[in-house]
Amino acid sequence: MMDKKTATIDSRPETMNRPSSIVHRPSFVKATLAIVQKDLSAEFRSFELISAMLVFSLLVIIIFNFALELDVKVRQSVTSGVLWATFAFAGTLGLNRSMSVEKDRGCMDGLLLAPVDRSVIYFGKAISNLIFMLIVEAIVLPVYSLLYNVNLFRLDLLGVILLGSIGYAAVGTLLSTMSAQTRTREVLLPILLFPVAMPVLLASVKASGGLLAGVELSEVLMPINLLIVYDVIFIAIAFMVFDFVVEE
Amino acid sequence: MQPKPLILKILDVVSIIVLAVAAYLALVFAPTEAVMGQVQRVFYFHIGTAWVGLLGFVIAAVAGILYLVTKDVRWDRFEVAAVEVSTVFFFITIVLGSIWARPAWNTWWTWDPRLTTAAITELIYIDYFMLRQGIEDPEKRARFGAVYTLLGGISAPITFMVIRLFRTIHPVVIGSQSAAAQGGFSMTSDMKVAFFFGLFAFTVIFIDLMWHRIRLGNLEDKVEQLKLKVSM
Repeated sequence: MMDKKTATIDSRPETMNRPSSIVHRPSFVKATLAIVQKDLSAEFRSFELISAMLVFSLLVIIIFNFALELDVKVRQSVTSGVLWATFAFAGTLGLNRSMSVEKDRGCMDGLLLAPVDRSVIYFGKAISNLIFMLIVEAIVLPVYSLLYNVNLFRLDLLGVILLGSIGYAAVGTLLSTMSAQTRTREVLLPILLFPVAMPVLLASVKASGGLLAGVELSEVLMPINLLIVYDVIFIAIAFMVFDFVVEE
Repeated sequence: MQPKPLILKILDVVSIIVLAVAAYLALVFAPTEAVMGQVQRVFYFHIGTAWVGLLGFVIAAVAGILYLVTKDVRWDRFEVAAVEVSTVFFFITIVLGSIWARPAWNTWWTWDPRLTTAAITELIYIDYFMLRQGIEDPEKRARFGAVYTLLGGISAPITFMVIRLFRTIHPVVIGSQSAAAQGGFSMTSDMKVAFFFGLFAFTVIFIDLMWHRIRLGNLEDKVEQLKLKVSM
């Protein structure tokens, strides 16, 4: 117990200025990439997270197919909504899992002991969560295109999806770190996340809906701008408050 | 237990009086609106409760930041009090708005930006209590609560901006385009008296309730500590 405490204190920013011979501190980017690499290699060995997200996404699309009677006419107006609802649901599944893995096996304590800034952990987890979301999206999009005979592979649309996923993963990582430490855990994450991430989902639906309807890029510039604003603000906030969320 | 301070006792009485006066002004004194008739009178309380509701959420976000900076538990109690009182007032706002909307828009509810944002904001603060309930350690509970009020306080205005891209029919009574929206109107001077007094009355009531809730928070804390002592 005592060892753990001293080590935790060592990793705090106050002791950053020690000579490097005592505490070796890797650079910010290097440390972040190390966490991403850890998550990715663990995932690519088991595929348990991506496969769960993927199967879940396809099931959600099937449910929507029957719930909304996705015939040609309806499809045009609801495609972006269906896609984003699917991404949001699958996203919470992944976020929950990636954080509870850390919590269950005590890995989070290990990460906190590392002699790096706490925000490194946030960015590492956020980037790997984003990568998982993007992988799932990269498989869901062609499947959806194939099933409904609509071309979703357009550069502008992919850009919107990337921006939306960044915002969702940024807030989601922060909130899943919080929800993993509560009594209700998995149940709490979507409840906490959806209302706060509402701007991301709505702006993404608006922008991608407009693009799919074939309007000019300038007409959907407003939701895209709001997406960028949201991404920047929430990454900055998460960066600032993450320390308070993992403090023991 | 601390005795109730005299100022708080006076404030209790004042709250009841201003509520009665505000009700009189809204229900009797203010002239009946020409197009909508009596139902427009709901407006005076609708704005009053909305004002203190939003005020409380802003106060909570500020108190949350102050808590994170100072780690002083008093800011946490302040924040809980603000969120709790505001959540109730904001709910009243939504209900009163619905009562007005039924005759004015011919529907209880519509997915207008303001209504939708109001619903989402209310949900964020209900979530706030669910989050707090799930954490046993009081210090961690306070930290997470502060972070969540901060996130909620920033996301709500962005939500409003985003939904405004979709559509709006909610009237803007204060400001330039007064009577343009469906159900909009411009106020006469008597209406303005009732309107501003309503704002004042609800501000007084809000302060009174917050004060009570903070005192209650202090007592809760004491009980928790006594419980700990007994169990040890």
